[in-house]
Amino acid sequence: MTSSNPPLHDLSVAALASALRERHVSALETAQHFLARAQQHQALGAYVALNEEATLAQARAADARIAAGTAGVLEGVPIAHKDIFVTRDFPTTAGSKMLVGYQSPFDATVVTQLAQAGAVTLGKLNCDEFAMGSANENSAVAPVGFDAPAPVRNPWNHDHVPGGSSGGSAVAVAARLAPAATGTDTGGSIRQPASFCGITGIKPTYGRASRYGMVAYASSLDQAGPMARSAEDCAILLSAMCGPDPDRDSTSLDMPAEDFSRSLNDSLDGLRIGIPKEFFGDGLASDVRAAVDAALREYEKLGAKLVPISLPRTELSIPVYYIIAPAEASSNLSRFDGVKFGHRANNFTDLEDMYKKTRAEGFGAEVKRRIMTGAYVLSHGYYDAYYLQAQKVRRMIANDFQNAFQDCDLIAGPVAPTVAWKIGEHGNDPLADYLADIFTLPASLAGLPGMSVPAGFGAGGMPVGLQLIGNYFAEARLLNAAHRLQQATDFHLRTPL
Amino acid sequence: MSAKLIHGYEVVIGFETHAQLATKSKIFSRASTAFGAEPNTQACAVDLALPGTLPVMNREAVACAIKLGLALGSHIAPVSIFARKNYFYPDLPKGYQISQFEIPVVQGGEVSFFLEGEKKTVRLVRAHLEEDAGKSLHEDFLGQSGIDLNRAGTPLLEIVTEPDMRSSEEAVAYAKELHKLVTWIGVCDGNMQEGSFRCDANVSVRKPGQPLGTRREIKNLNSFKNMQQAIDYEIRWQIEEIEDGRAIQQATVLFNPDTGETRAMRTKEDAADYRYFPDPDLPPLVIAPEWVERVRADMAELPRVMAARFVQDYGLPEYDATLLTQSKAMAAYFEAAAQASGQAKLASNWIMGEISRRLNAQDSGIESAAVSAAQLAALIGRIQDGTISNNAARQVFEALWSGEASDVDAVIEAKGLKQMNDSGALEKIVDEVIAANPGNVEQFKAGKDKAFNALIGQIMKASKGKANPQQATDLLRARLGG
Amino acid sequence: MALTPQDIGRIAHLARLELSPSESERMLTQLNGFFATVEQMRAVDTSGIEPLAHPVATIQDVQLRLRDDVASEPNQREANQKSAPAVERGLFLVPKVIE
Repeated sequence: MTSSNPPLHDLSVAALASALRERHVSALETAQHFLARAQQHQALGAYVALNEEATLAQARAADARIAAGTAGVLEGVPIAHKDIFVTRDFPTTAGSKMLVGYQSPFDATVVTQLAQAGAVTLGKLNCDEFAMGSANENSAVAPVGFDAPAPVRNPWNHDHVPGGSSGGSAVAVAARLAPAATGTDTGGSIRQPASFCGITGIKPTYGRASRYGMVAYASSLDQAGPMARSAEDCAILLSAMCGPDPDRDSTSLDMPAEDFSRSLNDSLDGLRIGIPKEFFGDGLASDVRAAVDAALREYEKLGAKLVPISLPRTELSIPVYYIIAPAEASSNLSRFDGVKFGHRANNFTDLEDMYKKTRAEGFGAEVKRRIMTGAYVLSHGYYDAYYLQAQKVRRMIANDFQNAFQDCDLIAGPVAPTVAWKIGEHGNDPLADYLADIFTLPASLAGLPGMSVPAGFGAGGMPVGLQLIGNYFAEARLLNAAHRLQQATDFHLRTPL
Repeated sequence: MSAKLIHGYEVVIGFETHAQLATKSKIFSRASTAFGAEPNTQACAVDLALPGTLPVMNREAVACAIKLGLALGSHIAPVSIFARKNYFYPDLPKGYQISQFEIPVVQGGEVSFFLEGEKKTVRLVRAHLEEDAGKSLHEDFLGQSGIDLNRAGTPLLEIVTEPDMRSSEEAVAYAKELHKLVTWIGVCDGNMQEGSFRCDANVSVRKPGQPLGTRREIKNLNSFKNMQQAIDYEIRWQIEEIEDGRAIQQATVLFNPDTGETRAMRTKEDAADYRYFPDPDLPPLVIAPEWVERVRADMAELPRVMAARFVQDYGLPEYDATLLTQSKAMAAYFEAAAQASGQAKLASNWIMGEISRRLNAQDSGIESAAVSAAQLAALIGRIQDGTISNNAARQVFEALWSGEASDVDAVIEAKGLKQMNDSGALEKIVDEVIAANPGNVEQFKAGKDKAFNALIGQIMKASKGKANPQQATDLLRARLGG
Repeated sequence: MALTPQDIGRIAHLARLELSPSESERMLTQLNGFFATVEQMRAVDTSGIEPLAHPVATIQDVQLRLRDDVASEPNQREANQKSAPAVERGLFLVPKVIE
């Protein structure tokens, strides 16, 4: 078998891994193939950093391990990382001018774990600045091949946004510039871009994957997860990414790594899928609704039962999230002060002035808005009314899910109210972006695992994603449900190019 | 508390003490806490707040908090919360300090001590765990400051009192007692020069019966001497201000040992708004009762308990017992000497007399005493069995201390300090003295007792002081038939 | 509870952000636009509800993990300071700190 028939970039992670293990193709050849594609499709703006030398060195090492018979499950499989994960071999910017040229002395735990499984790093992927955004329109970093920041383009229609904040990850996978990518999800940043770009992505239970080496946005919400073309691929990657990190992350759970592929093929007979009425209100675009309904009918054919449920505080999740996340962010981003690393203003009068100018120059508009919002809700006299109240309503939202799971095993609905909008369409109205997060925020606030599964196409042939939400630690069940749907449909196999 | 007034003003003092905990690694990272390393060589990625780093709590720091809580009779919170104190400063790498705010680990408790014979008790509000900041070096780097973050992340317990102190003497006595406690239980090395034990004093004055006056906080009093000076200066300054009709403004002030004055620091106008909130990187700290009991079980005997035991077991006066428990080393020295000699009170006298005098002179602790407890015990033994007189004992002690000799008996031999207990030799001397001093003998027989003493003097002289005075007296009386 | 221009100034200083007049104006409008949506959240009766910090605490106790007191971090000064704006003799340089 040669690398062009079928083309390597059409292979799933699972297929590629076995082709490599059986030495039908070398890791070096594979890496070169994807690096070439990354160059060839620079216009999409997916990659912000490549380091061919480092990538090929990793690939050669993978080939050596394959030859030595010590291959890991992902040996030689190329993946790319959202530029929110710090890496030794590539600069890390988190999409911010603040970190342009920043070189981390260590790798994120997730990066290390994937490397230990044999994965080869292709490069770093574009994202919204500090993962703050729903369209990847907030990146301040020039993509590979550009000398200034440029929009990341949805491969299904280059005039549309890819979603965010893991936009580059979604584009790279959808355009097959990488077999799979890592992403992070704070309020929907894996699920929504996966939905907008027609790929599969999962955010595990909060605490499953180590946050060490993820540039922090909102500590109590940030979670890493895989983005790939199929649920089967996500399961393989997630199994490698999860597990406790007792030495580095106090919020990582004491749960042993799991094989999330173990029940992929289980029957869905009798599976109770909860349908929250709040996810199907007037705000939901008809094209998205049609695709989601069709997917739900598929589930009924597969033996699942649809159960009407209610998540009464769905709407509240917007103010709750946009208070808690900015509050934590305002504190997490205080370390960017021009003293130890990153940008420092050139001209200033004194220390105070250096801080203010450095941060004014280094942060983009959305980041400043969230820092301001966060500092305000934590400031003297407002803490109880805003931050504390939000943390209480957050528990009520989490409890609503527990009530719902009395009556169902999984929850299904749309990922986003609409398909990907046009670049610049939301213009200067941050609130429009916030409101578009309404269906992903509840699971984020509750720390529940959630995923996006391709469910067809809507207006203008743009992809629509079905959101599946599981109870705590139910990732394997989620992936099983997604896999069975993907065996009955071929949306996840459709490609834009 | 009976408050002594200064110019009609009552002084009110509260303390905040930062005690660096004697752990090997930092509170939230695995970097070393050793003092004096090259700048930033002990500041790891976590300490520098490099992007992506997260805190992981040091168990030993929690154990120190439990020990302190037990030593102070405090409540040890079964659940306490770490919070972020947000402010910008170059020595604060994350832009926030991880501390405890609403729910600290150690709550309540008290410190008691004697001041001029009167027992004082200072109530504690709390002691909370937090991380130390780095250091700004002001030595000029072309008009800039250099930042060394080696100290950043060193575990601290901040110990906060109620405003219970009413004089600088009381404040210093409190600080000394607290210093004794933390070093005694081993949670802090107590080195004030290196900043291991830093005291901030909140000082205010008021007319008796009035509400609390506005306080000024004196920062980083790094010696007991400075503490006294700084507080006295601050009290005088505040009273003068008020007397001159100026209101005291709340401020943080620094003490300058050279001028002996305090001056207000450049005030951080937003200092009041730290935007505290629970640190989402750190779940609640849970301390099981079993852990507290384990710590209690292997904790060293506390000074007050040990002093009571000294009174009980060795029959020492409370005064002796209190002085001998000023430090663990002192107490250990005493017990060794007392047990080896079987003469607790004598051992106590020597330690509080000869030894303390010499140590104070060279201003060092018992650990640098040139005479070991064993040597002291041997010396006491020789006094007890009448081998040497007290005067001779002092000479022996001097010889041991100066290092000219190390064996008690050897010194006694070499210096010929042994008391003459061999009656034959003494009788000979007595007879000679009687023969040589007929006048005194006559006077004695005529009833003049002074003459008898003169003869004893002669005998002692002739024996070069080695005669056992009692023995000499008995013999002389027998000879003179008195 | 709408924000005032003074609030923007106060918060911008707390957050050490220099905002131009036009930025401050836009910021005020946008923040007030958002906080309008917060009113419904503030109206929720949360009496007797514990705030939720670590999400999984919804269903199980989550408590702080403690590590052994081992000093095992090597000196990585050079690598750690690679991206520092200004360093001299191993010290980070900043405009003079005045106490």
